[in-house]
This record gives sequence, structure tokens and C-alpha cells, in this order.
Amino acid sequence: MTETTRTKGVSRRTLLKGTAGLAGLAAGSGAITGFPYVKSADAKVLRYLGTAVNEGDDISKQCLKDTGIKIEYITATTDDVTKRVMTQPNSFDVLDTEYFSLKKIVPSGNILALDAKKIKEFDNITPVFTKGETPGGKKIGGQGTAPWKVLYLEGKDSKKFATSATEFVTLIPTVYNADTLGIRPDLIKRPISSWSELLNPEFKGKASILNIPSIGIMDAAMVVEASGKYKYADKGNMTKEEIDLTMKVMTEAKKAGQFRAFWKDFNESVNLMASGETVIQSMWSPAVTKVRSMGIPCTFQPLKEGYRSWASGFCVSKGVSGPKLEWAYEFVNWFLSGYAGAYLNRQGYYSAVLSTAKANMEPYEWAYWMEGKPAEKDIKAPDGSLLEKAGAVRDGGSYEDRMGGVACWNAVMDENDYMVRKWNEFIAA
Amino acid sequence: MSEEVLQQAAPGLIPGSGTARAAKLTRLSPSFISWLQAGPMMLVFLAFFLIPLVFVVIVSFWDYNEYQLLPAFSGRGYTDTFEGCIAQLPDLCTIGRTYVMTLKLCFMVWAITLFIGFWVAYFLAFHVKSKTWQMGLSLLCTIPFWTSNVIRMIAWIPLLGRNGLVNSGLVKAGLINQPLEWLLFSEFSVVLALVHLFTFFMVVPIFNSMVRIDKSLIEAAYDAGASGFQTLVNVIIPLAKPGIVIGSIFVITIVMGDFITIGVMGGQQIAAAGKIIETRVNALQFPAAAANAVILLAITFLIITMMSRIVDIKKEL
Repeated sequence: MTETTRTKGVSRRTLLKGTAGLAGLAAGSGAITGFPYVKSADAKVLRYLGTAVNEGDDISKQCLKDTGIKIEYITATTDDVTKRVMTQPNSFDVLDTEYFSLKKIVPSGNILALDAKKIKEFDNITPVFTKGETPGGKKIGGQGTAPWKVLYLEGKDSKKFATSATEFVTLIPTVYNADTLGIRPDLIKRPISSWSELLNPEFKGKASILNIPSIGIMDAAMVVEASGKYKYADKGNMTKEEIDLTMKVMTEAKKAGQFRAFWKDFNESVNLMASGETVIQSMWSPAVTKVRSMGIPCTFQPLKEGYRSWASGFCVSKGVSGPKLEWAYEFVNWFLSGYAGAYLNRQGYYSAVLSTAKANMEPYEWAYWMEGKPAEKDIKAPDGSLLEKAGAVRDGGSYEDRMGGVACWNAVMDENDYMVRKWNEFIAA
Repeated sequence: MSEEVLQQAAPGLIPGSGTARAAKLTRLSPSFISWLQAGPMMLVFLAFFLIPLVFVVIVSFWDYNEYQLLPAFSGRGYTDTFEGCIAQLPDLCTIGRTYVMTLKLCFMVWAITLFIGFWVAYFLAFHVKSKTWQMGLSLLCTIPFWTSNVIRMIAWIPLLGRNGLVNSGLVKAGLINQPLEWLLFSEFSVVLALVHLFTFFMVVPIFNSMVRIDKSLIEAAYDAGASGFQTLVNVIIPLAKPGIVIGSIFVITIVMGDFITIGVMGGQQIAAAGKIIETRVNALQFPAAAANAVILLAITFLIITMMSRIVDIKKEL
């Protein structure tokens, strides 16, 4: 009996030795066949937590080629990204999130402010973020969590937003857009020019809004204001009475059967619109493009009351330090250097540093996407698929017109808890 | 060597060897052995169900702000949930309306799945003779689980939507002039989808009870002159009761907590107890979400208790 035990033990040990040898061999071969300038011992890997907006395979491949940094995407919904930052701050290195989340994330102390001096293109970031105006000097609406209100911190470890520029930046801006209503011009058959049309009984049972409470209520507020029922001091930060009033208007519309369905997911919005279940709804720019690429007419309709805008950017987890922090800076600098910016612009978003993106786009592409000019040639998506035929003009026109027309920004209200309760009441009504 | 192995595998089989250990084993009381057998499952339950549940109850009494839990006693999660329940009388408050809707859906789904499930199980147990066919046909019932919720929603639109197959068929047949709006994103579509999904959970336990019914009992009923209906009511249904109750527990607990199917098929416009929890969790209001989870658990538990009062499952099994 003892004899057998010993034999077994030896064989186990031999096996372990063998495995170790194999592992060593694997590691060794990795170092030999890998990129010659990257030692396998310190492979540059960054775990990148964010929503799918900025996460393209093309971007991570190009990044690896240019900088040797390997990006590991962790994709989650906007809500889940915030949840993860709060509950598992060590599960990611680079965070890609929206400015409105900062009101929750910064006080938690789970992120590290980046040093503006280490960002090469920081001074070239569009004044939309730093001054609240377009490059052409148009003043942008600041209701809600506008990026320039939460861009800087008072100090390195501060949890307070600074009122003037400091070198400690909460999020280095990357991408943003101006959102409005998507419509089916073939089914509506008349011009639409105001947010109030969302609750027009003409579209009973054919309208939809976004089922993310903090964003849905902003769209609702645009409608309330457009219909002349009330004028908000700040749609992105309502008082309890204002929340009650907004939800009352929405509840009446819901009870009257105005809404076909609420959507939460990109594909849901595309399906509702493409199938004709809805003809007017809050929407995102790439979703409109997707409906159109299915051969179905869909317009991202500019409205006289303006757009609701959103913006996102990069910061790092507070657990990141040493060489990893340097790679993070290297990655952010690469992201702003043009390739990624051009990639995002071609999807209908906007890049934070316009000059570098422009250098990476064809002049006819720039003219179509950014200057609102008719397309000289067919417009293609980053993956090469046809988006628009020559001659088409972008909905809403130029960057100046679209960003200059922004009325408010996605927000987290001070009365967020009350608002969420009211939203549940609205769903139950 | 081989003797030793044999002795380990079946102690006491080989007389005269390892008697001491065998004796020790036989001295273990039967109750200890049954604890030992139930032990692993109990530990899993303790670690992954009971302890988390205790945490949920504890957190439901905590306070919170925008970005963190505050571990101080607070009934805010509960008071907020029942906000307006007295002030708004005789109108129902949010939580009241939510539960009325949830229970209504639950009852409809339960009644329909029970009816369909019972007859499917009856067919499988009494009309399908071969074991292979019984097996094959029950596997067919699992087809609804082969797709994801998102796919399912996308698949229902072309069928039930405004321009869908059903509506265009009815219009073309001249039965209706306008497409029926209530086919999709309505209580109808929610119940349809839930029934489509969960009838399977009724079929399996009821079928299981039915195949164990002694066929001679049915023959005896027939010989005694009972009609088919009398046999069904007096013999088959009473003997299939444990299956009916187990199936009902499955369906009711799943539908009570469901928010994905209700959300997707109800166009996110139909309240559900689970939906409130989801909204709260997404807004990082964990104590409020926990409080709602405790309430949901209590109500579901109440229903299950009532059902097990009707049939003593332990005894019947």
C-alpha cells in the first residue's frame, strides 16, 4: 500500500515537472515569435471598460500596431459600466464613460484624474468641451451635466469639480454627438420641426421614447417645453415639482395610448422603426443610419428646440500606477492622434480633436460629415459598406449647426432617487 | 491489494478483514448518514442561497446615496416603496398597481399553462405508447428555449406586428379593416410569450406524476362502470396532483420574478415586480432594490405556502 502511494506521488511530481517545463517552453516561444519590440514579461495590456460606442476591433488592432498596447475590451451597458466602477474598481484599467456618470463616479473616489500636461493634443480639444462653444464661436446650451461643468477637479485626489481650468482632468474627451428624434418621412408625409410632435395624437400608438429614466425624462422635458406647457430652469436638474409635472404629461400620453413601446437597446430602436411599429421616436445617429442602410427611409430630424447631447471620454481606475499608468497615457494620446477620431466621425459621431481626425479623412468625407455639404462620392462606413449615395446631405447639416444647436446634455439630477421612483410609477400607470 | 480495494468499495463484504472499520461504520446512526447525504447540497444552498439572502435582507435596511451604501439602519427602502399607499386611497399606489398587474399576469399564465400542460402531459402519458416517442415529444416542448429573448422579440414583430403576418392575413381575408394593435406590446402578447415559454414546466412534472399512475386503477374504474370523465376527475386528477402543484410552483415563481419577457413583449410599458428591482439596481439604489426583492420574496413565499396547504407535496411524493 505504502509502496503504491509513493509511486503515485513520484508520478504526480514528474507530471508537475513536465507541466512546468511545458509552460516555460510556451512562455519562451511566446517571447520568440511575438512582436520583437515587446518582451513577453511586460506585455502591454490594458483592460478597457466601456459601452460598445468606441469599441471597434479596427481601433484595437490599429492601436496594437502603432503602440504595441493590447486592448482587452470589457463591454457593458451604460448602467452596468457605472455599477462596475462602484463595486469592482480593480477589474479594469482604462474607463470609457459618459460625463453625466461623473456625478456618481467621482465622489466614490474610484477613478484617477489624468494630468492634462501629459495629453499631447489637450490644447487642440474642441472648445465644445472646454468653453461650451463651437469652434465657430456659437454658444452651446449648458442645461444638464454639460462636460465643461465636470471636466476639471480641484486637485489630484479631490472629489470636487473645479469651476475653472486645472491640470487635473476627470475624463479626456473622445466622442460625443447631438441626439434628436428619428422619423419615418415616408409614413409621416409632412415636415416635422418640433419636439412637441412626439406627443401629437396624430401619431397615437406610433411613438416611442428611450427607457433609460435619466435620458427618457430629458426627452420628455424637451417635449413639455416645446408644447409651451412649462419652461424649465434646467431640464437636467429638475425640482420635485418639475419632475411631477413632466411625468404627469407623459403619464397622460401613455394612458391615451400614445406610445407603441419604449426601447432600451440599439437593435430594439432599429427594429421598431424599420418595421413601421413606430414612426417617430428618440433615437441615436448610427441607429438611423442602420435603418437607412436597410433601404427604409429614416431621418434624424433636426428640431427647432435643439438637440440633447452626450459626450464620453477616458479616465483610469485608481488602482492603476507605474508603467501601466504610462501605457494608459500612451493609449489616450494615440486615441486622440487621428485614426480613432476619423473612425468615429465616419460612423456619424464626432471626435474630440478635430484637426487630427481631419488629417485622417478624405476631403470629401470631411465635407459630408463635418461641413454638411452634399457628398461628392458615395459615403462608406468604416467597414466599407455603403451608407449614402453621392449627392446626399447629412441630416442636420454641419458640425457647427448640429453642435451649435445643442440645448441640453444627458444628466444625473440631484433628485435622481425621486425621479427613478416617479419613473416606476409612470411605467405602472 | 485487490482485497483492500474491494473492502473500501463495499465495507463488510469480506469477512475477517478490516472488521474494526466496518463495525465503526455500521455504528453510525441512520440519521447521521442521511445528514451526510444531504450535506453537500445543504452547503451549496447555505453558501449560494441562504447567506446571500441574509445579505439582501440586511442591505434592504441600509441607507444609500448617489454612489454608495451607507451601513446605517434605515427603513427608507421600504417607506419609499410604499410611498402614497395610504394618501392615494382609494387609488392604488405604484407598488399596489405593480403587484395587481404582476398577479394578474401570473394568474392568467398559470391557468393557461395548467390547462395546456395538463392535456399535453395526458396525451404523452396515456396515448403515446412507446417510451422513445414519449421522450422525443417531450424534448419538442423545449424548443422555445433555443432562442434568446432579443431574438424572440425580433421574431414576434414580423408575426404579430402592425404589418405582421397575422394582421396582414386578417386584413386580406377581409375579417378586419385596420390592423389589430393589441396583438403586440400588450398584455395579450406578454401572456402569449410566457405561456409559449413556460408550458414546458407544467408538462414535465404532470407527465411524471401521470406515468406513475397504476394502469390497473384506470381499468378498475372502467370495469366499475365509470365514464371517461369520471375516471379523469376521480382517479387521474387526484393522482396527478403532486405534479400539478410542482408545475404550478415552477410557473408562478418564474412569472412573479420575470421582467425581461414582460418588458420585451409589453413594450416596456407594463409594470412588473421584477422591473422595479431592475430600475432601482440600474440607478445604483441597492437598498431600495433589496427591499423590493424582500417584498417580492415574501409575497411569492405566501403563494407557495397556500398552495402547499392544498396539497401536502412531501406526503404525496
